[in-house]
Amino acid sequence: MSGKIRLIDENGLRVDGRRPDELRPIKMEVGVLSNADGSAYIEQGKSKILAAVYGPREVHPRHLALPDRALLRCRYHMAPFSVEERKPPAPSRREIELSKVIKEALEPAIFLEKFPRTSIDIFIEVLQADGGTRCAGTTVAALALADAGIPMRDLVVACAAGKVDGVLVLDLNDIEDKEGEADVPVAYMPNLGLVSLLQMDGLLTINEFKQALNLAIEGCKQIYRLQKEALKAKYLAIKEEVETCLQ
Amino acid sequence: MFFFENRQIVTPGDLLAEGDYIAGNNTYKEGFRIYASRLGLVEYEGRTVQVVALNSVYIPSPGDQVIGKIEDLNINMWTVDINSPYKAILRVSDALNKPFRQQKDDLSSFLDIGDLILAKVVAFDRTIDPILTIKEPGLGKITQGQIVRVSPAKIPRIIGRKASMINMLKRETECKITVGQNGIILISGPSPENERLAILAIEKIAQEAHTSGLTDRIAEMIRREKSARL
Repeated sequence: MSGKIRLIDENGLRVDGRRPDELRPIKMEVGVLSNADGSAYIEQGKSKILAAVYGPREVHPRHLALPDRALLRCRYHMAPFSVEERKPPAPSRREIELSKVIKEALEPAIFLEKFPRTSIDIFIEVLQADGGTRCAGTTVAALALADAGIPMRDLVVACAAGKVDGVLVLDLNDIEDKEGEADVPVAYMPNLGLVSLLQMDGLLTINEFKQALNLAIEGCKQIYRLQKEALKAKYLAIKEEVETCLQ
Repeated sequence: MFFFENRQIVTPGDLLAEGDYIAGNNTYKEGFRIYASRLGLVEYEGRTVQVVALNSVYIPSPGDQVIGKIEDLNINMWTVDINSPYKAILRVSDALNKPFRQQKDDLSSFLDIGDLILAKVVAFDRTIDPILTIKEPGLGKITQGQIVRVSPAKIPRIIGRKASMINMLKRETECKITVGQNGIILISGPSPENERLAILAIEKIAQEAHTSGLTDRIAEMIRREKSARL
C-alpha cells in the first residue's frame, strides 16, 4: 500500500518529524469576524480553517422552521485555492457529506430546544487543506458556536487517529491519510465523556481499532485545553490591559 | 463543592458545582452536578450557581422595554424588528387610543416602515411571536436622538447594580438614555458632543463588561474627556 513513500523512518518518526502520538502544532483564535455572531480560526499543521456562526435567527425559507427546536444548518466548504489542484467552488459530494457529518457531530452538544422556530447556521471555510479538515472543522465550529453565545452542553473537539506503515498514529496529515492504512476521526465531548462522531476508513483489527479510538480521545483532550484557552483569551486580553492601565 | 472562584471565566461544559445547589442562568443540571452552558463569568450566591453570559441573543420576555424598527405593515398590525430571532407584532389596538377605521385610516400615517419605536413586550412564549404595546406613557415613536447597539448580554452591566451605572452616565453626560433590553440604546442630549461622549462610554462598558471596578473607571474617563474638550 505504501510502497513508494516511507511514512515512518528508522527512528520511528513520521514524515513531518512527529512521534506517532504527537499532534501537529495548533493555533486557535476566537472572534475574528465582526459581521458574524460568532467566529473562530484554526491552524492545525498546514490546515487553515475559518468558521462563522449566525443565529439563532429567523429561518429562511420559512417552511423549514421546526416548531419545537432550532434548525441547525452547516456548510463545510473548501476554497478553490485550498488544495494543490484548483477545486471547483461548487459543493462536491464529499463536501455535502462532511457538512452533514459535522452537523451531526455538533448537534448533541447544542440546546436546540431553547430556540424553537429559529435557525443556527454554521459556515466552515477551509482555506488551506492538509488532512484532518473534518476534525479541525468540527473543533473550530464548536468554538464559533460558543463565541456566538449559543447554549451548549459541552464543547466538541475532534481529532483523528490512524495507522500508517503498521504503526498507530495520532492526527494524520494529508500524505498519511492518503498513503496510510486506516483513518479514524473521532469527535468527543470531553466533560461528558461522550463520542459524537466516529468513522473509520481503511482496515484495522478490533484491537487496533480500540487503541486508535483511545489515542484519538487522548488527542481530543489535548486539543480541548487549547480550545478553552482560545475562548478565554479574547476576554482575558482586555482584562489584563485594563489591569495594567490601573497600575 | 465549588470548582471555580467567583467571577472566573468559564466555558460551556465546565463543571461548576457538585452537590445540593440550584442551577441558575446559563447552567444546566445533571444529577447533582451543575455545568456551564455558555461562555461567561461564574457567580456563586448562596445555593444558586449561575453564569453571566458574555454574549447572547435577545429572547423577549413579557414586561421588557425594547427599541424596535417597523419592518412591515399589514391591514391591522405592524411587524417590528426587535433585534431578536423572533419578529415582534404590534397590533393597532395596542398602538392607538382612538378607534381605527380600516376603510378610512391609513396605518402608515401613524407608523411607517423604518420608524423606530420604544415599546413594551406584552406576551411571548415558545409558540407565539412576541406582541408589543406602545399604549403606555413614555412609549411610542422615537423622534430624536442617537442609537447605539450592544450585545443584549451587556445590558445588565450598562444598567449596573441598582441602576448605578446608568444613573452615573446620565448625570455625567447630561443625556437622556433609554435602554432597550434587546441591546439597543437611545441617547438624546443637549448637544452632539454630549451624545458622543455617552456613546463612547457605553461602547467601553460593553467591551470591558467582564472587568471589575468599571463604574469608577468609566466616570473617570468621562470627566477626563470632558475636561479635554473644554
